[in-house]
Amino acid sequence: MPKFLTFKKGGVHPDDMKALSKGSPIQRITMPKEIVISMSQHLGAPAACIKQKGDSVRKGELIGEASSFISANIHSPVSGKIVDIRKVTLANSVSCDALVIEPESDDDDTSFESPIDYTGFSSEELLQKVKESGLVGMGGATFPMNVKLSVPIGKKVDYLVLNGVECEPYLTADYTLMKEKTEEILLGAMIIARIVNPKFIKLGIEANKMDCVALFNEVIERKGYPIEVIPLKMKYPQGDEKQLLKATTGREIPSGKLPLDIGSIVCNVGTVYATYQAITFGKPLFERVVTVSGNCISKPGNFLAPIGTKVCDLIEAAGGFAFEPEKLISGGPMMGFSFWDLDTPITKGTSGILAIRFDEKPARQTNCIHCGKCVAACPIGLEPTRLYNLIKNGKYAAAMATDLMDCKECGCCAFSCPAHLPLVQAFRMGKKLGRVKK
Amino acid sequence: MIKVSSSPHFHSKQSTSKIMYLVSIALCPALIWGVYSFGLRALLVVAVSIATSVLAEYLFGLISKENTIADGSALVTGLLVGLNMSSNVPLFIPIIASAFAIIVVKWTFGGLGCNWMNPALGGRVFVFFSFTSAMNHFVLPNSLAAIDRVSSASVDSLTSATSLTFLKTTLSTGDISGMNAISMFQNQNYPVTQFAQSLSEKIGINPYTLDAFFGNMRGCIGEVSALLLLIGGIFLIVTKVITWHIPVSYLVSYALFNWVFGGIPYGTGAFSGLLIDPLFRGGLMLGAFFMATDYVTSPITPKGRLIFGIGCGFFTFLFRSFGSLAEGVSLAIILMNIVTPTIDRFVKPRKFGYIKPDKSKGGK
Repeated sequence: MPKFLTFKKGGVHPDDMKALSKGSPIQRITMPKEIVISMSQHLGAPAACIKQKGDSVRKGELIGEASSFISANIHSPVSGKIVDIRKVTLANSVSCDALVIEPESDDDDTSFESPIDYTGFSSEELLQKVKESGLVGMGGATFPMNVKLSVPIGKKVDYLVLNGVECEPYLTADYTLMKEKTEEILLGAMIIARIVNPKFIKLGIEANKMDCVALFNEVIERKGYPIEVIPLKMKYPQGDEKQLLKATTGREIPSGKLPLDIGSIVCNVGTVYATYQAITFGKPLFERVVTVSGNCISKPGNFLAPIGTKVCDLIEAAGGFAFEPEKLISGGPMMGFSFWDLDTPITKGTSGILAIRFDEKPARQTNCIHCGKCVAACPIGLEPTRLYNLIKNGKYAAAMATDLMDCKECGCCAFSCPAHLPLVQAFRMGKKLGRVKK
Repeated sequence: MIKVSSSPHFHSKQSTSKIMYLVSIALCPALIWGVYSFGLRALLVVAVSIATSVLAEYLFGLISKENTIADGSALVTGLLVGLNMSSNVPLFIPIIASAFAIIVVKWTFGGLGCNWMNPALGGRVFVFFSFTSAMNHFVLPNSLAAIDRVSSASVDSLTSATSLTFLKTTLSTGDISGMNAISMFQNQNYPVTQFAQSLSEKIGINPYTLDAFFGNMRGCIGEVSALLLLIGGIFLIVTKVITWHIPVSYLVSYALFNWVFGGIPYGTGAFSGLLIDPLFRGGLMLGAFFMATDYVTSPITPKGRLIFGIGCGFFTFLFRSFGSLAEGVSLAIILMNIVTPTIDRFVKPRKFGYIKPDKSKGGK
């Protein structure tokens, strides 16, 4: 048994539940009747819509332009007609303008299939291409890729770490992608390496995906890529860049800083694949792999869907509901957002749609019994019980002074709390109110 | 109907009531042994304690309009109070102890999770100082009673005392130069079971320690068998109800303190105390695994728990060796309960991302 690396502090071990959709290959869903593509697909300012109601768009055409430094372009995933511009509420409760596109025909699928020769491109040109393609981090945080890859003068990148951890239960989108597009991901990594020029390239994969480790190692050996695949011990939240960097490089991101501050860049494998497609085929980011799973889905699986597909279309592709769900979750069960509207569209950061019902009634909430399980589980080393008490008593400033902002809402504390206290919810509220009070 | 709530949408299967029931299960071997050793009277004492504490919890639930019996904490408190009683104690004493534990120690501060002192210990100490003679009257377990009748009468004056009290009394009266606890037992012809006698001949450990380890000694219902308490404690550690920090640091520090300084009252100087034997006497095992580890009144960080355990070990040693009372576990733990908020205030977990970046490895 080889000794797997992991991060030391905190973390929890939820059931991984990946068996539900692990065996399913990536299936392209049939073109939905309607695509709702919001102008807020990413972290930062929403894109500025450059189309109007009634306009026709081609597949891959720019429809939203990055409106500030931290923002990203948005492209139409289909050829069709913009029938409406309306406000939508996304799964994460963000409300913004969205274009409603009615796809015309589904059979002009030859676009973005002829490779472009990019060998002569300079790193600036590649970065420009990344920016134009509207690439964002597809692990969930949706940080604009071109900002992530712009290394300020004077800073050096020691590590490029590819994130194939996928530590959230249920999700298998990255897993299937790694299995089916092994070579492409490695090519994408080499493209990113050309942009940021790292000393080392590492790929972190959790031990429940050892088949991917073997696949990658085989290709790396055959092609001689300077990439090291690191199998990691299963532990949530290893897919977070802080924990992943600690596990793979031993470096710790200082509080409030970015990976670049410790000479590292972390990219999700989905993003790496999208980068490969953007550079090699000039294909902007307008579709992604989404896991549709949960115990209420008839045929859980992994689907390639245009950005802006409505959740109901995805669920239909997965055979519909087997049971009436109690909760709909966008993302994983630990950090994902629960929502109620089946017409909610997916975004660039939607890695999964889960429909879950709970067999057991949740245990009753009791007083905090001071057991310290939250303290042991917190990967950041906070004391969730103390923060919770401060927030409960309205002492937001004191909570902020106790490093509330370092909490990244990974949910380890609330997951392990025997008193079933709504810790993460309280922290979210505390952060909001604490900021207002300042 | 679709529910919307904040993440995480998953939960470990832990709950407050499950933890409380696991603690109760872990105490069962010691309880069964207590009933076997001291007869059905012991079971009655424990039952009365539990009934009182659950009833008190229920009545306070009526006042505070929340039904908190289901969380099982009152059951654990009652069980611990019962196990901390002698089997022949007048029944009003466990009733007072349980009622004090729940009403005064727990509910005056707001119920579960709000008390600063372990309720069961609070109840026990309250009745200990209120009814000292009744609380200090112990009977021999069935295994020793038969032997005692036929053996010498030298321990007659101490028939009702635990072995620790026996030592303390002998220490204050007798000629003790150069002795230690074991030789004092031998000298005074302290009763010992046939089983321990024969096992001792086989493995070479003195029979008094063996009797204390297996639970053939005078004491409270639940504290006599170190072995069964150890099993219960390990069960709790394996099921992740408690961490190893408090019991291990408590027992190790107590043993070391006793080894280094424990010989002083006997006049044998430093490094002459017994290392292992005192661990099995009195309420130390019960205290270390089930009382000191009470979540509410112990620190939340591993480091804090180590400090807490060492503190308990130190005070237990101090009370037992130099105090006027023979037993010090309850008082030591309560004393450390008082210090717990202070420990929590100053012992913090190391925060992620707060180290100074290593310059040789890059970064700023």
